Amino acid sequence: MIKLGNVEKFMLKKVSDIENIPHGAFNIRENGKGISRNTTENIDIVTKKDKPGIDIYVKANTKGETIHIPVIITESGVNDVVYNDFYIGENAEVLIVAGCGIHNSGCEVSQHDGIHSFYLEKGSKVRYVERHYGEGDGTGKRILNPETIINLKEGASLEMETVQIEGVDSTIRKTSGKLEKNSNLIISEKIMTHGTQFARTEFEVELNGEDASTKVTSRSVAKESSKQEFVSKVIGNTKCFGHVECDAIIMDNANVAAVPEILANDIDARLIHEAAIGKIAGEQVTKLMTFGLTEKEAEKEIINGFLK
Amino acid sequence: MLELRNICFSRDNKKILDNINLKIDNEKFIVITGPNGGGKSTLAKIIMGIEMPDSGEIIFNGKDITNLDISQRAKLGIGFAFQQPVKFKGLTVYDLICLSKGRKVKFSEACKYLSSVGLCPNEYMRREVNSSLSGGELKRIEIATVVARESELTIFDEPEAGIDLWSFNNLIEIFENMHSRVSGSIIIISHQERILNIADELILISNGRIKAKGNKSRVLPLLLNTTKKCKFLKEKKDD
Repeated sequence: MIKLGNVEKFMLKKVSDIENIPHGAFNIRENGKGISRNTTENIDIVTKKDKPGIDIYVKANTKGETIHIPVIITESGVNDVVYNDFYIGENAEVLIVAGCGIHNSGCEVSQHDGIHSFYLEKGSKVRYVERHYGEGDGTGKRILNPETIINLKEGASLEMETVQIEGVDSTIRKTSGKLEKNSNLIISEKIMTHGTQFARTEFEVELNGEDASTKVTSRSVAKESSKQEFVSKVIGNTKCFGHVECDAIIMDNANVAAVPEILANDIDARLIHEAAIGKIAGEQVTKLMTFGLTEKEAEKEIINGFLK
Repeated sequence: MLELRNICFSRDNKKILDNINLKIDNEKFIVITGPNGGGKSTLAKIIMGIEMPDSGEIIFNGKDITNLDISQRAKLGIGFAFQQPVKFKGLTVYDLICLSKGRKVKFSEACKYLSSVGLCPNEYMRREVNSSLSGGELKRIEIATVVARESELTIFDEPEAGIDLWSFNNLIEIFENMHSRVSGSIIIISHQERILNIADELILISNGRIKAKGNKSRVLPLLLNTTKKCKFLKEKKDD
């Protein structure tokens, strides 16, 4: 069993809430290489032979197990592309915690592109938590481009929670989903950018099966001179329900664009898109100032709550 | 406790407050009433620092607070419940109670404040203070957060606004309890007879001026005689 250094432990804590080797199934990847792995009776993790990455197999009817697959990059100049495929058996219910932390103290670009594909069989349920974090006092950029491809069979459901709060200079995040009958996809995204950071989010969900449903919620805060783009497309091909909600707080000289698209190809498709971009409401600041907070403290609390 | 000296406030060439002079003593329950558009809410906001007067002075416990901002006045002991409660995406009822107290409070302590406004803590504590709550629920939460501050002077700007009479009847008890228990002073802007009934003192404001100040028996007849806009009170008089 490997021993982790303080930087590695800190990064693991930031992206997956673990400070040490976790229990259950896991695969820890550092600087482009797998450094530690554990499988269980119900969960197998196999290294891909044709490209970098792993295949994760969860047996049917597995209940309550957790899979951690954190990636940490602690060297400057690493360009890591990884393909992770998740095969979730019928009626299995698992929690998957992924995420990537980059600690770049050098002057070269450190980049991680994680392409995650999910194949959920009938009636299976996954909660997928993904956190992205960057730090380091070097001038090298920290770049993360995650891609998530979701395939849900009949009655399957996936709840995805993705958070990027600090330190990532550039990110293009793509998420796509194909949903069969009675399946459900819930996505909750929280992003904060500052400085000259750039974040682009692309969602595309196809509701192909009767009574398939999706709810996509994006909350973001753009500070200083950062830029954000939110592009979403929900396609209803049958009787289905889709709701996309994009809420952004814009501050300083930041720039935020929201490009919504909903496409109904069936008379019984119910699709809703809500998008709002605006500064912090003055009345919210005033209210918290009546509690004795200064204007700055009030803004901080409002943002913390918004991204909680 | 609070003294307003020669407070004037105009907007768009209209005098909203015209030379208001007022003293509020310690541990008093004051109701400010009068016709709509008379300047009541503006006066409340000026005391809290949400609006700044064009001229005049505000003295609180002997200190000139005229130029202090909202936050500084809150720290000195002034609290304010908004007529239209503010909504927050993300902040929960519990978060607001903690922010109001200025510290992380125990769940049981927070429950006390919610129960006092007739809300079931288990049902509401973790809810976001957003549009999913009804006007009545938001109003109760607003009052709970202000009660939690236990300010020396608490101002309620039309607590009855935006909620149905049935819900408001239940809220009356909160103010009755506050009156009997709270050591500080309370100012309520209200048109409601039951609120007027529990006041130590009524202040009648109309056209930006104080028309009368005193106990109910002195001020209420003046109110009934001087305002035709207050439909409820007019009907009361006709009864």
